[in-house]
Amino acid sequence: MNIIVCIKRVPDTETRIRVGDDGTSIDQSGVKYVMSPYDEFAVEAALRTREALGEGEVTVLTLGDDASQETLRTALAMGADRAVLLQGDVSHDGLATAKALAAEIGESDPPLVLLGAKAADDDQQQVGPMLATLLGRPCATAVSNFETKEGAVVCQSEVDGGTQVLELPLPAVVTITKGEFEPRYASLKGIMAAKRKPLETKDAQTAPSRLSVKSMELPPEREAGKIVGEGAEAVPELVRLLREEANVL
Amino acid sequence: MKILAVVEQRDGEVPGASREVVSAAASLAEEAGGEAHALLLGGPGVSDQAAALGAFGASQVRVVAHDALADYHPDGYSKVASQVVKDGAYDAVFLPATSQGKDLAPRLAALLDVPLAQDITRASVVDGALELIRPVYAGKAFTQIHVEASPVLATLRPNVFPAQERDGTAQVESVDLDLDPDAWPTRVVSFEATGGDVPDVAEASVVVSGGRGMKDPENWKLLDDLRAALGSDAGLGASRAVVDAGWRPHGEQVGQTGKTVAPKLYFAIGISGAIQHLAGMRTAGTIVAVNRDPDAPIFKVADYGIVGDLFEVVPRLTEEVRALKAEG
Repeated sequence: MNIIVCIKRVPDTETRIRVGDDGTSIDQSGVKYVMSPYDEFAVEAALRTREALGEGEVTVLTLGDDASQETLRTALAMGADRAVLLQGDVSHDGLATAKALAAEIGESDPPLVLLGAKAADDDQQQVGPMLATLLGRPCATAVSNFETKEGAVVCQSEVDGGTQVLELPLPAVVTITKGEFEPRYASLKGIMAAKRKPLETKDAQTAPSRLSVKSMELPPEREAGKIVGEGAEAVPELVRLLREEANVL
Repeated sequence: MKILAVVEQRDGEVPGASREVVSAAASLAEEAGGEAHALLLGGPGVSDQAAALGAFGASQVRVVAHDALADYHPDGYSKVASQVVKDGAYDAVFLPATSQGKDLAPRLAALLDVPLAQDITRASVVDGALELIRPVYAGKAFTQIHVEASPVLATLRPNVFPAQERDGTAQVESVDLDLDPDAWPTRVVSFEATGGDVPDVAEASVVVSGGRGMKDPENWKLLDDLRAALGSDAGLGASRAVVDAGWRPHGEQVGQTGKTVAPKLYFAIGISGAIQHLAGMRTAGTIVAVNRDPDAPIFKVADYGIVGDLFEVVPRLTEEVRALKAEG
């Protein structure tokens, strides 16, 4: 079964965010970029599915600029077979991104498309189900584990207060969250092999972004509060403060 | 301005996050001169809950009742909601940023061909237009966004917008749609509740979170006791370290690769305060930290801190809270 995994290059989650000179995006100096952690789960899920079935090809796909080649190579080093870079602008408008991805994916129409449940930069959590809707395919989101069976994929979707099991007929789109698919590290052999794997670059069929950022600000610093005291003796005073000063008890 | 709030229902009730969305829609519509409607989908009998939404500011509640809509179905709900939105000529459509809302809204966006802003934390009307603020990088920064489409589609973060009760009654209108559930490809097989009656960390108005300082998953009993003492709207959270260690489920993780929460009261117990955890809870109303290490970064964002052994502090805290609640 051929699988396409859509991935995104984002700042490392440990990054201390600073606002750039334009006032609408982050200052990129000194920022280390990585594959979005949720996308790593999705790549891992695709590789395990290929390994379990013993056939099929895993293609990683991204929309971005040339720097995203590095992210694609990371996925190839993990074990993906080939990579496609759609060169185009990435905005906060997930629908514009979904349209660019749909134009590419519609051509090969693989039975399974995987994405991370959200990108760890704009946190918009939307491209997967948008892509599915554009392609007219069923979709399960925030899936922590799934298995493929004859013509279908059975997904455990993490929802508020529990787990919902959904069965989707193939072709389908599934977005992956933390759970069963702890990503593997690329081996040295994998990294060497990745250099020779095909990485195709083409122009994205981008739609105009209709959701723009007018300004970006850091949240106001929370002022450090007070240390009420040490040990269990401080508890009555804490409870008094929560009740009388903060009005939350 | 005409705003539609798409609300959820669970076990015969409209949850808090949905009431907040109706209330926010009503406030904004009022400010801009307009009205707020609510859309309620559910099984037969769901209309019983419709009138109550008037108390949160909806002037009209549109109800779609059908056996196949009793529980959330992504294909069915997105089809029905998009139809109602198209027919209603709305300027804005809001959903709660719950797991269901965040699953439904993107499908709705694609069906309506409009962009989507997830997880809005502030909304206002400026010169007759909506101004929306949303967090990025899990709350390390906030963006003011501009949407160039109609309707403006957004999900609102739970616990941020007040659910204000007001004098008002809603006109309830039943919407008849021709539904063909056999054509919905997704099959909902089962639902397994994890926390029983405990609210999800993303929706709870009080959160008790534990970190590595808890030392052992068995010790979560202490936190669960505190949670129970705090009341039925309190939930449990966890740091990434303990989720990675397999002590707690990922559904409880607060922070950049987990959930971003905004309860009115947040207890960080044995959590040192890694940058990505702080990002996920810094918009909480009041933060309480209990930690052995007086230099732990968590104390830099906490409103109240106790330095000490959590195994002594937490049971005492539970006792005091219980006594307080017993007093009423």
